[in-house]
Amino acid sequence: MENVDKKKKYVISRRIDEFFLKIFDAWRFLRRFFSELFKPPLEWGEIVKQCYQVGYRSLGLISLTGFITGLVFTKQSRPSLSEFGAASWLPSLVAIAIIRALAPLVTSLICAGKVGSNIGAELGSMNVTEQIDAMEVSATNPYKFLVVSRVIATTLMIPVLTCYSAFIGLMGSFLDVNAHEKTSLATFFENAFIKITFLDIGATLVKAIAYGFTIGMVSCYKGYHASQGTEGVGRAANSSVVLSMFFIFLEEIIIVQVANYFRT
Amino acid sequence: MEQVTNIQKESVIQIRKLHKSFGENKVLRSVDLDVFSRENVVVLGRSGSGKSVLIKIIVGLLKPDSGEVIVLGQNLKLLDEKGLQALRLSIGFSFQNSALYDSMTVKENLEFPLVRNRKHLSQSQIDNEVHQVLDDVGLSQTIHQMPAELSGGQRKRIGIARTPILRPRIMLYDEPTAGLDPTTSLEINNLIKEVREKYHTSSIVITHDLTCARQTGDRIAMLLDGQFVTQGKFDEVFPSKNEKIQSFYNYNFIQ
Repeated sequence: MENVDKKKKYVISRRIDEFFLKIFDAWRFLRRFFSELFKPPLEWGEIVKQCYQVGYRSLGLISLTGFITGLVFTKQSRPSLSEFGAASWLPSLVAIAIIRALAPLVTSLICAGKVGSNIGAELGSMNVTEQIDAMEVSATNPYKFLVVSRVIATTLMIPVLTCYSAFIGLMGSFLDVNAHEKTSLATFFENAFIKITFLDIGATLVKAIAYGFTIGMVSCYKGYHASQGTEGVGRAANSSVVLSMFFIFLEEIIIVQVANYFRT
Repeated sequence: MEQVTNIQKESVIQIRKLHKSFGENKVLRSVDLDVFSRENVVVLGRSGSGKSVLIKIIVGLLKPDSGEVIVLGQNLKLLDEKGLQALRLSIGFSFQNSALYDSMTVKENLEFPLVRNRKHLSQSQIDNEVHQVLDDVGLSQTIHQMPAELSGGQRKRIGIARTPILRPRIMLYDEPTAGLDPTTSLEINNLIKEVREKYHTSSIVITHDLTCARQTGDRIAMLLDGQFVTQGKFDEVFPSKNEKIQSFYNYNFIQ
């Protein structure tokens, strides 16, 4: 009798059933975000605090990586372009690379590592130490306070950081171009934006918004569902980063394909 | 005789035929319990006997498999999310590990429920309330400290101080003296009694500490293997002829 009960428990097999249950659980988590987002009042104080954490606290790292990306990309591209006597195309080439691809991708990957692991670990530790339960029993909606505010913050701040990273990257590139060709800042930016269209900027902003939303959502989901003590917190932080990066690359392919469709 | 007196009082918590399992593990098996107005009930039991699960069901953090839980006249099964939130304002819950918010100072921890649920209060009224509860637990000097800077006993006292800040009618304490030295445990036990006297609350104290049970409980309910095996005053429950109760008593005594 007991064996019959055990067989009845799984529709296909334990692993496959659990996989689909997790997907369903993630879907419910996502759906809850949109239902809570449009139910006032939002936790504005917490949203501002999280924007500060995500945006301002990441500025140093984004500045450094953005600057190095622009500088190194220019240095690496110069020999090939110089060979064909096209070194004057460098600003335009670098701008296309940075604005279309590098700035949103590098910024979001850095933020997936820094912000994603932070959110995953913070919510994970709050979950295993019953702080989320404590919020719930004090008649506060922990989902709105913790998840909605963080997802809004990452969705707003990653595009801002992406614009900033693109600007810093172009400044890094200008440093190298100026050192070799003595080009002025105004001429550099004039050349850089020759080939940049509104579609490029629009696609980059869409990418940054999608990446920001993904980092926030994935990290909050992983942290909110952390279990099994400190080990679970570590796992939540780790899987927040890995899954965020995986989805970012997936979204990159899709958005590039869609942008190219409109470009042609 | 005791039973007759209790029936005349207002019942604030009624639990009937409560069942709860986690997978194959049947944690609560047909549990019945009544808590009366201004009564302190201590639920005693070994680790893993389902004590914490019981109070988490009362506050709606866990859902029972079957059975009825009626809190302040409201059946939890029939409450929607809003109704449950409203009911929770009448229940204070003190967690085993205090559950202070790590990213907030002591002041912000204490303010948190007030700011969200007592929107008519001005900041100065909130400040007064925070200072008052900190004075009550003798920890005014910690007001701007982070939870990580506090000792285990201080965290526990602030955790308990946060609980009655919304003036609940029912207090639920999960292992209030677990992991504390005897002196700090005594302070916590006194604090539990003070909270009841000051705020006129009814409470359930979950513990496996017999000293805590003796000092804080008007009635002891012994939970063993997912069922209440006996209820009564401390001296009526201990010593008992029941072997399991006897071994629990002896184990605590030796400890």
